[in-house]
Amino acid sequence: MRRIMVGVKRVVDYNVRVRVKPDNTGVITEGVKMSINPFDEIALEEALRIKEKGLADEVVAVSIGPADTQQQLRTALAMGADRAILVQTDANLPPLSVAKVFHGIAQAEQPFLVLLGKQAIDEDNGQTAQMLAALLDRPQAVSCSKVEVTDGKATVTREVDAGLETLEIDLPAVLSVDLRLNEPRYVKLPDIMKAKKKPLDTKNLGDYGVTEGSPFKTVKVEPPPARSKGIMVKDVAELVGVLKQKGLV
Amino acid sequence: MSSKILVVAEHDGAKLNASTLKAVACAAKVPGASIDVAVLAADASAVAQQAAAVTGVAKVVVVENPANQEPLAAVYAPQVAKLATAGGYTHVFGPSTTFGKDVMPRVAALLGVSQVSDVMAVEGSHVFKRPVYAGNAILTVEVPADAPVVATVRVASFEAAPLGGSAPIEKTSVDVALPGHTRFVSRSGATTGRPDLQAASRVVSGGRALGSADNFKLIYALADKIGAAVGASRAAVDAGYVPNDLQVGQTGKIIAPELYFAIGISGAIQHMTGIKDARTIVAINKDAEAPIFESADIGLVGDLFQIVPELEKALG
Repeated sequence: MRRIMVGVKRVVDYNVRVRVKPDNTGVITEGVKMSINPFDEIALEEALRIKEKGLADEVVAVSIGPADTQQQLRTALAMGADRAILVQTDANLPPLSVAKVFHGIAQAEQPFLVLLGKQAIDEDNGQTAQMLAALLDRPQAVSCSKVEVTDGKATVTREVDAGLETLEIDLPAVLSVDLRLNEPRYVKLPDIMKAKKKPLDTKNLGDYGVTEGSPFKTVKVEPPPARSKGIMVKDVAELVGVLKQKGLV
Repeated sequence: MSSKILVVAEHDGAKLNASTLKAVACAAKVPGASIDVAVLAADASAVAQQAAAVTGVAKVVVVENPANQEPLAAVYAPQVAKLATAGGYTHVFGPSTTFGKDVMPRVAALLGVSQVSDVMAVEGSHVFKRPVYAGNAILTVEVPADAPVVATVRVASFEAAPLGGSAPIEKTSVDVALPGHTRFVSRSGATTGRPDLQAASRVVSGGRALGSADNFKLIYALADKIGAAVGASRAAVDAGYVPNDLQVGQTGKIIAPELYFAIGISGAIQHMTGIKDARTIVAINKDAEAPIFESADIGLVGDLFQIVPELEKALG
């Protein structure tokens, strides 16, 4: 079975304006819309396209999170994933623990490709793909904007500061995907109905030898310092005047 | 307690990247730090000299190997991890550029720790501030003192360490198996002759309102007039007006110029994340309600197609 594993994280929706809790212990997530991390949606879309080209047989969506994460996995199944695995925990795991859980799943599932988002938009760590590749001792390609799978290999284009970089990697490999790789499909109503019948297995951290908790301690979470209110100018002459006065031009 | 910090140099084989100087500057904020710089290369001679001249560097550790011709994470990471362990380093820092974001988490996993991503301030040897939620919250995190600290440094948050030092250069070899499963094919990037976006003191960025790749020449003309780098919003990159390496924002480049022009950019929070540390933000937009005006220091409402050429002329 030629299998692709895709990581799906439940995060505060892209459009929500995040607010810090008054006691500085975190951000407010109660009553806030949750969605699939947008980068993970792109990873899933890419997996589905690879399967639709006949280059894979099965797409497995995996997530770690509270019971409600089933909602995001059902969305992934409605998009076209064949089955899903939820490693259920209320703990917020550090990236290395996430990579260890994914490592355990990869050992059981033996995917030829693992596709993950390049970062989750909640904690912006951007570590899991690289760590999983290290634990598996396999190739990694971070921030992919183009993926071509051929026999036992992949040619990937990465977005780097200098432009674009192309790598050839042996499979199995772990890829993290960037925004411009593809545009994820919309889920249609019949697919949502179909997704309810697809298998969704629930596991726990102990199944992968990972414990709750993190060696990292949150000291505090604060809002960023606000910028002071600016001024409006009426025309170019006034703009140039202000810039000159500030010694900026 | 003293800290022994290894900074992983970013370079292109000939030139030390300015991001390395930012990472050294961050390392220098760690109390009691002794800072070494690791240069992995096929031929490190030029880059090692430049690293040795960075103030605050105690020693440059050089690992020359033909396999280090290109900075492949799968090849670099085991060598850096080995250097870190063998040298008894308490901290391993790299820049939070696409280079560091690729290599450093792999190093962290090999050392058995999670990474502290995008350090924006050092509060103690094991306490750091970093942005989360696209910079809408700032997390202060304390990491254990009994394990190595692996971190990437948010380059926009630190002034480059000055030059003027003369650290010794020490060649070494690392005894570790390097994989052949990852092969470099090519790299393409625009060499524009303009200042580097990430290091420039002035940046002119254009957004979707430019309407076409051709119209972006207005942005280039203004940038060239004031010696600025050119940037763009995600919308402008997605529309194909400019290449991806010009993108400024949460998932593009995080920059901190003295002067930033946001032209025809509405100011989505993901874009603002990329310019939070800009000293002065000038916004030009025809929509007076555009969110960019909430964060701009100087705002001008109007048609960019009239204003930008006029501004270019006025700055002549």
